[in-house]
Amino acid sequence: MLTIKQYVRAESLEQAYELNQKKSNLILGGIHWMKMTTRTVNTAIDLSGLGLGEIVETDDRFEIGCMVTLRQLEQHPGLNAYTHNAIAHAVQDIVGVQFRNTATVGGSIFGRYGFSDVLTVFLALNTKVVCHRAGEISLEEYAQMAQDRDILVKLVVEKAPLQISYQAMRHARTDFPILTCAVSCVNGMWQASVGARPYKASLVRDEEGLLAHGVGEKQAEKFGDYVTEKLNFGSNMRGSAQYRRQICGILVQRGMMEASEVK
Amino acid sequence: MELKFELNGKNVSTVIEADSLLLDVLRNLGCSSVKRGCESSNCGLCTVFVEDKPVLSCSVLAARVADQHVTTLEGLQEEAADFGAFIADQGAEQCGFCNPGLMMNAIAMFRENPHPTEEEILSYLSGNLCRCSGYEGQLRGIQSYLAFKDAQKGGA
Ligand SMILES: Cc1cc2nc3c(=O)[nH]c(=O)nc-3n(C[C@H](O)[C@H](O)[C@H](O)COP(=O)(O)OP(=O)(O)OC[C@H]3O[C@@H](n4cnc5c(N)ncnc54)[C@H](O)[C@@H]3O)c2cc1C
Ligand code: FES
Ligand code: FES
Repeated sequence: MLTIKQYVRAESLEQAYELNQKKSNLILGGIHWMKMTTRTVNTAIDLSGLGLGEIVETDDRFEIGCMVTLRQLEQHPGLNAYTHNAIAHAVQDIVGVQFRNTATVGGSIFGRYGFSDVLTVFLALNTKVVCHRAGEISLEEYAQMAQDRDILVKLVVEKAPLQISYQAMRHARTDFPILTCAVSCVNGMWQASVGARPYKASLVRDEEGLLAHGVGEKQAEKFGDYVTEKLNFGSNMRGSAQYRRQICGILVQRGMMEASEVK
Repeated sequence: MELKFELNGKNVSTVIEADSLLLDVLRNLGCSSVKRGCESSNCGLCTVFVEDKPVLSCSVLAARVADQHVTTLEGLQEEAADFGAFIADQGAEQCGFCNPGLMMNAIAMFRENPHPTEEEILSYLSGNLCRCSGYEGQLRGIQSYLAFKDAQKGGA
């Protein structure tokens, strides 16, 4: 059970950051995940009043505030046009509309959850994370860092020539995924982000030039095998390591074929 | 702490704890349509509107709705009666426990998308679980309600 002694609506990021330095205090996202944990929080810090709930599109980038909800991601026309609806696909089976109306980008990325559809798709977009103290860090690096007491302020997705497709396997709609996969080609480099292995998503790039001479069924199959070989898989109640290894290649292959069709 | 917000069109003021959940505050204020099911963001039973958007009141801190508009089924009596008749007509439910959450989220869907396809209905309502039915009756009820609304407006 989550017990909160004091609630503070932060008036600035600096105030929120200072409050968050105490181990007994906590930043509030949509509170869905945090509510499943048993802990006593001294001061719960609400960032709702700091204007961080917007997606700002400019000529060269998207800036996504940490309080943006998963539903906003799903419905943003510019972001979904740019990602060929990969973002909407990635989040649309997360619980339900009501859940996505309050679950936040900040909580989803800060948590670096193994099962995260959100982390998987943003990794494939070469996203950067902006933290209040640490500044800009690549999401690839941020995903590997241990949770600290900095505040994740926003995500930055720079626009570049992009092909992308999102694929996931679930036992049933709205359940946690068995495997998540986003295949993308950013600035000419093919890569696959695979999560829920059940470990958190990692990126595998085509560093051996398997796809240098174009993408067809054969190359996609090869790349699927290559990605599978590079990653580790584990077992949990949703699937065995062997099963995950088996479907990884297939999802990468499907993703590649779909992504290569979008121009 | 003191909490002021608008509930079903009326200004209310009440005293809450820092960790009071919106669900409990609403029930204490007499909105017994708001039910506790899983209390872990899974079932959709506790759905209410905050600023006209459907949310899970079991996972919203009450402190966060200060100065906002909250709507429960008690505030949507006419729409609920209208639509509820179509659900009942299909014999869609058995125990009916899931009904308030389903009604709220379906009404949110009608407002957002007045002509949803079957796939869009299933997708929008996928966060509303029903332990008794196979959802077929609810789907038929929703579709016949939408057809009735269209006919009332002279077709769409
Ligand atoms: C029942 C259930 C099913 C789910 N299913 C899926 C699924 O299928 N796929 C999927 O991808 N996800 C799933 N999720 C996870 C969900 O999408 C969110 O990622 C998760 O709830 C965290 O988001 P939140 O806004 O609720 O964060 P919270 O629970 O509020 O916060 C999570 C953590 O992040 C910290 N935090 C929040 N914001 C910031 C910030 N700006 N800076 C620093 N720290 C911060 C908090 O202090 C806390 O430690 C599920 C969650 C639940 C509860
Ligand atoms: S009681 Fe809130 S989702 Fe189940
Ligand atoms: S009718 Fe019993 S839970 Fe839906």
